[in-house]
Amino acid sequence: MKRLITLTVNGTPYEVAVEPRQSLLQLLREELHLTGTKEGCSEGECGACTVLLDGITVDSCLVFALEAQGREVVTIEGLAQGDQLHPVQKAFAEYGAVQCGFCTPGMIFAAKALLESNPHPTEAEIRQGISGNLCRCTGYVKIVEAIQAAARG
Amino acid sequence: MKNFEYFDPTSVGEAVALLRQHAGSAKVLAGGTDLFLRMHRRALLPDVVVDLKRIAEFANLSYSAQDGLRIGATVTHGEVVDHAAVQQHYGALATAANWVGSLQTRHRGTVVGNLCNASPAADTAPALLAYGAIVTIAGPDGQREVPLEAFFQGPGRTALGPAEIVTALRLPPPSGQRGWGFARRTRTVIDIALVSSCVVVQANNGVCGEVRISLGAVGPTPLRAMRAEAVLQGQRPSAALLAETSRVAAEEAHPISDVRCSAEYRKDMVEVLTKRCAESALSMLQML
Repeated sequence: MKRLITLTVNGTPYEVAVEPRQSLLQLLREELHLTGTKEGCSEGECGACTVLLDGITVDSCLVFALEAQGREVVTIEGLAQGDQLHPVQKAFAEYGAVQCGFCTPGMIFAAKALLESNPHPTEAEIRQGISGNLCRCTGYVKIVEAIQAAARG
Repeated sequence: MKNFEYFDPTSVGEAVALLRQHAGSAKVLAGGTDLFLRMHRRALLPDVVVDLKRIAEFANLSYSAQDGLRIGATVTHGEVVDHAAVQQHYGALATAANWVGSLQTRHRGTVVGNLCNASPAADTAPALLAYGAIVTIAGPDGQREVPLEAFFQGPGRTALGPAEIVTALRLPPPSGQRGWGFARRTRTVIDIALVSSCVVVQANNGVCGEVRISLGAVGPTPLRAMRAEAVLQGQRPSAALLAETSRVAAEEAHPISDVRCSAEYRKDMVEVLTKRCAESALSMLQML
């Protein structure tokens, strides 16, 4: 039943055998051992599994692995350039926008997507922009501050 | 999740043939934001899944002054929100599509897929009804077109036959200046609509030309409030006329009570929201 697919993850090409029922999230975590992407609700509500699929944010728990055939995926492991953290990552670290850290990878992708489409968001726009990502520690204030700081550059 | 056989055809004919071959045991996959979840929860257990995303023409989202807007079967809500011609000529649709789920969901979920689920609360349905959307369908007997009103047949039920797929939506071009309003009530930022209303008005020398009023989540399908449309159509707008229009729209709603809110609330909100939408539409046309 398994089918061989090829895809690029964080710039590296992979060839993996997957079952139709496997999600992209399972492929990343269980086959490629890229465990930076987290499994939260597995229902597309919490955003913990957010990755970039061909450059746009998606909940990887709701994507079949087979749908990633020939596509390009970026996970949190692939966001920094060598030792250089992405500006949003840097801001999250500086502003302590991390408590348990479980939502952070998804939150960073949501923030990055928001700032790319709206480089100077208001606080309300930031809250709207991360509304697909839940922080169970409820540390939203610092997350919003970090995104505001990343926007200031 | 139960395993299944996955197909990703590259042509409409191939997709239809697959559905015909596996009639009753196949499901169509577009964005997957609903299908994946239902399969995950074992509410659906298809033996075969036919992914439409490799069919190139289905990704088409285009506008021309002659043909209007065409939304292919795999065009996402996010693409509709960002499309300049949609924003310019079909503003209520761009606004409504932006209400769907989270950004991640909008990046994945498709407008056509959402309509095929036939939820009475589908966010884009009132706007699409107001803009006179026509559903293009392909099946074993060829192509056919169905107005969106006739496509919805009940909660979760559409006019689609077993081996048919929606290939695109067609929205006629605007034939003059149009004003619009869209309003929606919800419990939280990301939740389905408790009630929604959409009004599109065509200007015609100081009087209302064609008026379209449509409502979401207040009946078994998204619906048009045609008696309310008739109240406003051909008239010079006034506060009293708008009050009457929205009162009639509420009469045409036949909502149910459920876990989210009561039927009475929904009916009252139809009146409030429809009035606001009509005011918004007429202000855009500087007729108020």
